[in-house]
Amino acid sequence: MTGQNDNGFTRIQCTVNGVPRSLFIDVRKSLLELLRQDLGLTGTKEGCGVGECGACSVLVDEVLVDSCIYLAVWVDGKAIRTVEGEARDGRLSPVQQAYVEEGAVQCGFCTPGFIMASTSFVEKHQGQEVSADQIRKGHAGNLCRCTGYQNILKAVEKSLKP
Amino acid sequence: MAQHNDANKVIGKSVIRTDAVAKVTGRAEYTEDMHRPGMLVAKYFRSTISHGRVTDIDTTAAVQHPGVEAVFTYKDVPQNVFATAGHPFSLDPHHKDIEDRLLLTGNIRCLGDEIAVVVAQDELTARQALQKIKVVCEPYPPLIRPEEIMAEGARQIHQGSPNIIGEHRYRCGEVEQGFAEADHIVEGDFTTAMVQHVHLENHIAHAYMDDMDRIVIVSSTQIPHIVRRIVSEALSFPLSKIRVIKPFIGGGFGNKQDVVVEPMVAFLTLQMSGRPVQINLSREECMLCTRNRHPFFLKVKTGVMQDGTMVARDMDVISLTGAYASHGHAIAAAGGAKQSALYPRTPARFHARTLYANIPTAGAMRAYGSPQILYALECATEDAARKIGMDSVAFRLKNIARQGDINPLSKEKIASCGLAECLEKGREFIDWDRKKREYAHHKTGPVRKGLGVACLAYASGTYPVCVEIAGARIVLNQDGMVHVMVGATEIGQGSDTVVAQMVAETLGIAYDHVRVVQAQDTDVTPFDTGAYASRQAYVVSNAVFRAASELKAKICRHAALMCGSDAADLDIVGGVVIDSKKSARVMALKDLAIDSYYHKERGGQLSAEVSYKTTSNAPVFGCTFVDIDVDIPLCKIKINRIINVHDSGVILNPVQAAGQVHGGTFMGIGAALFEEVLIDRETGYVYNNNLLDYKFPTFMDIPSLHHDFVETFEPTSGYGNKALGEPPVITPPPAIRNALLDATGVHINSLPLSPHVLFTHFTKNGLLKSRGEQHV
Repeated sequence: MTGQNDNGFTRIQCTVNGVPRSLFIDVRKSLLELLRQDLGLTGTKEGCGVGECGACSVLVDEVLVDSCIYLAVWVDGKAIRTVEGEARDGRLSPVQQAYVEEGAVQCGFCTPGFIMASTSFVEKHQGQEVSADQIRKGHAGNLCRCTGYQNILKAVEKSLKP
Repeated sequence: MAQHNDANKVIGKSVIRTDAVAKVTGRAEYTEDMHRPGMLVAKYFRSTISHGRVTDIDTTAAVQHPGVEAVFTYKDVPQNVFATAGHPFSLDPHHKDIEDRLLLTGNIRCLGDEIAVVVAQDELTARQALQKIKVVCEPYPPLIRPEEIMAEGARQIHQGSPNIIGEHRYRCGEVEQGFAEADHIVEGDFTTAMVQHVHLENHIAHAYMDDMDRIVIVSSTQIPHIVRRIVSEALSFPLSKIRVIKPFIGGGFGNKQDVVVEPMVAFLTLQMSGRPVQINLSREECMLCTRNRHPFFLKVKTGVMQDGTMVARDMDVISLTGAYASHGHAIAAAGGAKQSALYPRTPARFHARTLYANIPTAGAMRAYGSPQILYALECATEDAARKIGMDSVAFRLKNIARQGDINPLSKEKIASCGLAECLEKGREFIDWDRKKREYAHHKTGPVRKGLGVACLAYASGTYPVCVEIAGARIVLNQDGMVHVMVGATEIGQGSDTVVAQMVAETLGIAYDHVRVVQAQDTDVTPFDTGAYASRQAYVVSNAVFRAASELKAKICRHAALMCGSDAADLDIVGGVVIDSKKSARVMALKDLAIDSYYHKERGGQLSAEVSYKTTSNAPVFGCTFVDIDVDIPLCKIKINRIINVHDSGVILNPVQAAGQVHGGTFMGIGAALFEEVLIDRETGYVYNNNLLDYKFPTFMDIPSLHHDFVETFEPTSGYGNKALGEPPVITPPPAIRNALLDATGVHINSLPLSPHVLFTHFTKNGLLKSRGEQHV
């Protein structure tokens, strides 16, 4: 921990979507609360608050985590990626583009978490032969109530193609 | 239905949905994202018993807790009872929803009933204060099972109202004669479980006052205009002084076709001098204290001839609506009507009763009573086919609705019906005939194979039970693009996208030149009752078609003014006004638009607005075919292949339509195999109101989902389309049950078909020894 405790607050350093940040934060806050309340990054959603649904998925040092049960202080010294950072220069990421084209989006509330789960999955499996079952397993921590996962599967398959 | 120029063809194309990019980038704003500075947080104090009465409540310590702004109890709220169901207002007083709610209650009718509410600076403070409220209750014995609820002398769950809140019967044709003449009579008792919508975004709303006497409510709702009316009724507050805004919404499935937290946030902002107050239910609260699907108890009797004709049907239904009426008996009534729509030539008798119970409140959920009714009906139909030894598909083809049949209940002629073609397509896809022969050799041993089928009929709205009204306003912008405002409510189903397609098609402009205003705002959006009953695309199509046609005529008239031609010769193709007689380009729409705005004498802002009442209700049809393995020792069903085939008229957007079918099939599989709100039969305690214990299927639990359509053309709709949103959820459970019967010979007439249920039945039927070993 780089900062010192000050009435339940502490200073941390991290990068958020590539931008270095120095933040003075309430030590009780979850990463989800830090993103939504302190940084205004409301793309990341809360669906259950206890790590069951995956709507709040983000990447911390390229590891997919449920930000609702990940303490904000734990990101000190780490790099966070959220859905807001995936489109660059007005262009969607390949995963985002595939979700749009394959009809993998309905109500959209699980979508930011799914985009991050798929991004992590696709980056890990780039250039590999991947089965549908591997994709299913790799996304089993994210719940969607609208799509039956079918078009999400197609979107991930499309994203894996070079 | 007008003739459309082929160059303008947008209907039937899988255009990218209007909101897809906003959603994949996290820019789409949902209610929780529209946080207001200084917003207060309200949390309910809930009962921990399912039946009883509060005899004493002490909130002193909670009020004094630092950071608490106010505490209100059931003693502090207006005493006018209101109904919460998201139905249009009924001019017929006998058809009004049951008014049985107060904002808070001292009479406890279910676990989690709302007794008090704390308003605090933040969520944590509110939670801490809740723990300081002291309450004394007098408990009553919970009434959970139908026989105890209906027993002579049973306590009235709502004092002064009978526990049976609704009852109706209908009869079509000579039922008694049918039973008397039938070669066989087949009977069965069926039950369906309480399941939950589990939309990913929980119920959330906030309210504030934008001046001294107007309430603004921002809510995740399927029914913004109905919310406005019901809040007005609950608070005796003028409707016109209430503004309801619906931003993006994270799923509803019927649970947000009910007014749940909105009256309370409106009440609280009134009490707190107009300061913003938010209620954001936790997942656990949402699963316990909003709405669920009514559990049903059904008895079905079928009379069948040896040649496969069903000659009589009798169905008796008990539906549990739980602690409050909500949609109440409308669920059993709507579901029951599907029997005559699916098998219109079979004489039928129907009787249903809806009961209060000390369990969570049931309300609207995707397909509104039909999953329960058609589960029993399609299991009973299967049993009848097997009784006479007839093929399940052939038996259905002999009895199902055909185009031109008269629905004996509604007396309406079925104008379009592709159900027979749906069955034929499904039979071919699943390779029914070949696999039937092959699977005959897989009816013994540890893994057995079976095929199942089930059919459905559904409706495209609620007419003539309720009014079907939709509004559309289209404005030509200065740059030649258009803005569209509709009361049709986008809840993720893709309503805005198909509205844009309809406008583009009729107006003759590009799809991406149409902007549908996403957020609903009752101050500005035309009136529509909202997203439910799979009505949205069907009902709005009639308003949009008329508004777009009207605007097109105005544009052509303005073009005629500009260039001196005859408006009747002009048309719009690809965003260009053309003279169709001379096949010549007249002008680009953007040049016309700027003239209409800024020419000093002629024109104006060209717009059209239509409010239209649809007085038809097109039936839709469909079926599920499924191929399963049943692992006897593990008591598990594995789906090898599943397909839903639907007749929903013209398919407006194939990719989006597929998404609706996949989602419905998925939810149907969930109800068939996994999902059940577990309620203690003695105490009314709910065991699994969270996503860990409620078995919502994950990515790994769902097989590849297949779909197909039989496209008919529905003449009563603007673009030939009929309902699609809800129907796909209906048939997977009975199809899977019928496949289980095919594989094992075991009749299981309940839901879900989970391992512990299979274990019980397999043991009872000798497929398993009592210790879980398999018989040889």
